[in-house]
Amino acid sequence: MIIAQQKPIKDIAAMIEDCKKVLLVGCAGCVTVCLSGGEKETEVLASSLRIMRRLQGNPLETVTITATRQCDPEYIEPLENLVKDVDAIISLACGVGVQYLAERFHDKWVVPAQNTMFVGGSRTHGVWEERCGLCGDCILHRTGGICPIIRCSKSILNGPCGGSQYGKCEISKDVDCAWQLIYDRMKALGKLDKLMEIQPPKDWSKSRDGGPRKAIREDVMIG
Amino acid sequence: MKTESKLQKLLDSGHFAVTAEIGPPKHASAHGIRHHAQMLKDYVDATNITDCQTAIVRLSSIASAVHILDCGLEPIVQMTCRDRNRIAIQSDLLGAYSLGVRNLLCLSGDHQKFGNEPSAKNVYDIDSIQLIYLMRRMRDEKLFFSGEPIKEHEPRFFIGAVANPFADPFEFRVARLEKKVEAGAEFIQTQCIFDMERFERFMEMVRERGIHERVHILAGVTPLKSWRAAKYLQTSVSGMIVPDDIVERLKKADDPKREGIEICIEQIKHIRTIPGVHGVHIMAIAWEEVVPEIVERSGLYPRPKVE
Ligand code: SF4
Ligand code: SF4
Repeated sequence: MIIAQQKPIKDIAAMIEDCKKVLLVGCAGCVTVCLSGGEKETEVLASSLRIMRRLQGNPLETVTITATRQCDPEYIEPLENLVKDVDAIISLACGVGVQYLAERFHDKWVVPAQNTMFVGGSRTHGVWEERCGLCGDCILHRTGGICPIIRCSKSILNGPCGGSQYGKCEISKDVDCAWQLIYDRMKALGKLDKLMEIQPPKDWSKSRDGGPRKAIREDVMIG
Repeated sequence: MKTESKLQKLLDSGHFAVTAEIGPPKHASAHGIRHHAQMLKDYVDATNITDCQTAIVRLSSIASAVHILDCGLEPIVQMTCRDRNRIAIQSDLLGAYSLGVRNLLCLSGDHQKFGNEPSAKNVYDIDSIQLIYLMRRMRDEKLFFSGEPIKEHEPRFFIGAVANPFADPFEFRVARLEKKVEAGAEFIQTQCIFDMERFERFMEMVRERGIHERVHILAGVTPLKSWRAAKYLQTSVSGMIVPDDIVERLKKADDPKREGIEICIEQIKHIRTIPGVHGVHIMAIAWEEVVPEIVERSGLYPRPKVE
């Protein structure tokens, strides 16, 4: 899922300082699961902003709603009525949701309440970790199911570099060296010889370096 | 594959090579590097020029190399994968060759987190092993990285790489060295050696695989100025092993700098007895002036002459 973390409240407040009434839109997708932009977080943010503004002697009116998904036009269509009489929309979705709202409600000021961080999963309650760099050409079958693109700090394809020590990456004692993990796993699988193959340079044009990407499935298109 | 590198001629004819390292300054004057080049030129066969080491912005490695050549010393240009994509790497190396550079050392580069631009975007378009492979192919098969032919004047570098016997997983370090040799590395400079026992074990594994017969290994040494410097390397630099007895020896010494030089000379003398080591790489970080004494007292002076 996409992992996002809320911006500091003073930053969110600054984005809407001239507004009297705002709509806060949560998302029931990824950001609900990572506990940063679901229904509960949307209500909490709305009331925090109201309290803050009341203390500043400049009260704020808020309306809240949580869409099933903000990354699907069909789920943001019903917001139309709520959008009409607000000065701005605060989206608690990932960056995709913010853009979908801005695109649909083009005459409204739409601001992000979140920093969209990465694609990952949960480790234990309250801890999420990055796992995929969305490179568009998955090579996990060559690296024992551990992604060097995003988990190695240098995206090395023929690791580990000389900074790997005691299982940790040179950047921090708190970061596992992806290539130590790859080595351990390939060893356990009896496939160390695979690591002797020189991995060729990656085709980054399949990643974001080729410009914004589009996926098309003609077989499921209607009409 | 033969190149015009003097370092290669020396190594290929069986001499025990001596290389040093010059770190370019954090300003736009070449005065210091030229001074160091003058000082080192009769004592070493070639000198590395670091490429913004520890990700600190410094005068460019290739520009420094031109100053060093001008002083009559052969440069080894370091090229990291951190700051340039494949377009910039190729362009810069064509330029370096046109300016007379004949030795190239390919590295990943330290992560920018450690430098003075920690919020920079890193590149890592290709990694060090891919860089070695692509530069070897550029020379021997006259192809750009993309596979497009180079019609004429392909750069013909003597290609080097680094190896760190002190990083983990230890068992894989020799295998990765072999991978670099497979890719096309012709000389190897190691990380600074303080743990001689581990280096001996490393070399034993190198010999078992016969790698020493396919590549010239230059053992890295660093004279230490103080026990604090030793402690810093021991605790704060990932991929480094500094045994406690070295820290203690420097701590007890009346003149720690002298002691640091003595330790380094002892290490070089020891390294010269290890089969399969073809030279020594002296990294006197911000202490280049001690290199002549170290070379001389290690019995490595005068340096052999090549055509
Ligand atoms: S190799 Fe690419 S697609 Fe596969 S996990 Fe890594 S970044 Fe994601
Ligand atoms: S230490 Fe490991 S994870 Fe860190 S940059 Fe080097 S190979 Fe990658």
